[in-house]
Amino acid sequence: MRHNFISFVKKESLHILRDKRTMLIVMLIPVVLMILFGFAISTEVNNVNVAVVAPNRTDSVSDAVDRLAHNDYFTFKGYIAADDIDTLLRRGDVGAVVLFDSDYDRLAADLAAGIESRPAIQLIVDASNVNTASSATAYLQSILLGTATAQSMFETRMLFNPQMKSAYNFVPGIMGLIFILVCAMMTSVSIVREKEMGSMEVLLVSPVRPVKIILAKMIPYFAISCIVLIMILLLARYLLDVPMSGGVWGIFSLSLLYLLLSLSLGLLVSTIARTQMAALLVSAMVMMMPILMLSGMLFPIENLPKFFQVVSNIVPARWYIDAVRKMMIQGMPIVAVWKNCVILLSMTVVLLGVSLKKFNDKLE
Amino acid sequence: MSDTQQIVISVRDLTKRFGEFTAVDRISFDVARGEIFGFLGANGAGKTTAMRMLCGLSYPTDGSGTVAGFDVRREGEKIKRHIGYMSQRFSLYNDLTVWENMRLFGGIYRLTDSQIKSRSEELLSRLNFLDERNTLVGALPLGWKQKLAFAIATIHRPEVVFLDEPTGGVDPVTRRQFWELIYEAAEAGTTIFVTTHYMDEAEYCSRVSIMVDGEIRALDTPARLKEQFHAESMDEVFRTLARGAQRAE
Repeated sequence: MRHNFISFVKKESLHILRDKRTMLIVMLIPVVLMILFGFAISTEVNNVNVAVVAPNRTDSVSDAVDRLAHNDYFTFKGYIAADDIDTLLRRGDVGAVVLFDSDYDRLAADLAAGIESRPAIQLIVDASNVNTASSATAYLQSILLGTATAQSMFETRMLFNPQMKSAYNFVPGIMGLIFILVCAMMTSVSIVREKEMGSMEVLLVSPVRPVKIILAKMIPYFAISCIVLIMILLLARYLLDVPMSGGVWGIFSLSLLYLLLSLSLGLLVSTIARTQMAALLVSAMVMMMPILMLSGMLFPIENLPKFFQVVSNIVPARWYIDAVRKMMIQGMPIVAVWKNCVILLSMTVVLLGVSLKKFNDKLE
Repeated sequence: MSDTQQIVISVRDLTKRFGEFTAVDRISFDVARGEIFGFLGANGAGKTTAMRMLCGLSYPTDGSGTVAGFDVRREGEKIKRHIGYMSQRFSLYNDLTVWENMRLFGGIYRLTDSQIKSRSEELLSRLNFLDERNTLVGALPLGWKQKLAFAIATIHRPEVVFLDEPTGGVDPVTRRQFWELIYEAAEAGTTIFVTTHYMDEAEYCSRVSIMVDGEIRALDTPARLKEQFHAESMDEVFRTLARGAQRAE
């Protein structure tokens, strides 16, 4: 009984190992994505060039400019004349210009005293990249506010991710995406390949139970995904400095559950698709798109139209990404995301049940 | 067929219906040990469905049958352990080596490691393939692959081997060699159940059945069938029978 199962697992592993190109892609994609999202694509403000127009360089103005110049996120390009603002922005030499009013000291004092007057500082920002522009504006304001002695009504504190590093946000998203890719897509394609080649028939005529054929297919992909998971966690911790304060084991066990879920999804796809191409398309369109759009990976779910907010509830990645985010960045223990765990577990049970049943029905 | 011969496949009124459609309509026949039984019919005549029932893959709607002494209704799993199967559509895994394929199928049929070792050595030396044991199957010519596939389909020494159009796409010389393997196996007591589209191959069979519209319309030795239909060749016999077919593909 044991023997034929093991020969099967061996066979599946050989198929995967022999296919060097696919193997390489599976191992490389997570690394590339992590590095890409972690460093290259970032919505954070970095090295924004700032010029200053200050008709009256009083002490308080110089103080403000000093703080600006010493900030890592801005590069101080020097004082310019008001006439040059337009050209410099147009040429892209600077991303933002700070204009101090000639009467800055008095206006700031008035504001502090609560006397209404005109604004003391004007910000002119290149908004061709909206994201950068808005974060730059917000950040500039917070730096300059210290100088305008005015007391703000709000005191804002960014918890968990005070530097607003976007890598923190993307790591859970990448995990949600990559496991579906490896598990669901590759398993479904490999099952459908056997159907397409006709080998499934040969296997079905043999005394191996169909369930064993499927399980044997899942094991190697599960193993690969575990390796990928460990790789991602290591990269996240040591390359991107993601805190993981909620405990690595919690993240790990939840991810294992998510892997099982992805494998069941792959099995389900394989019972529907007849050709490898179809399996690939179904995995890509039916699974990847919702993950990208509806899981909160790229866009916050609260920002979606009401209809899609409801739809997003059935996207497993949504619950997984949410839980991983909480554990990785907010430092919650796994118990705190029990709701997500229960939802993912029930989804896995249902999916596995349905797909195994469909698989068996198909045999007749 | 004399009574002293042992019956390996026995089928009585075997029927398979899919809804209104009767794919296999009350077929009955016996196949004796060591016989090469040709199972002919145009596409859509019901060959595949009948064969699937005999292999334990499909449950008959009506009728009864035994294969290698096991009931096709109740003992499908036991049948699977005592038969071999090979189809033209798929023979072996191309990305595995000759030896890995043997180990896989040996393992599937629950042979022990030492059995797999000794039998694959024996098969390889009989086919003169000893040097190719570590070659990827994908690198072998099609004809070799088919021969190897047949050898592997019999690695667990099954009582019956089902061959589903085993020589499709193979050149005449290799087909000839392939049939020599089949003869060898039959002489050693393995029963061969083969479907084919090549009528010259039908001449090689001990007995031939021809299915038309889900029924068996003729069943006898090739010589007697030719006599009965006043035909020169099996091809003529087949065409005479197939002309009356109602079902298209």
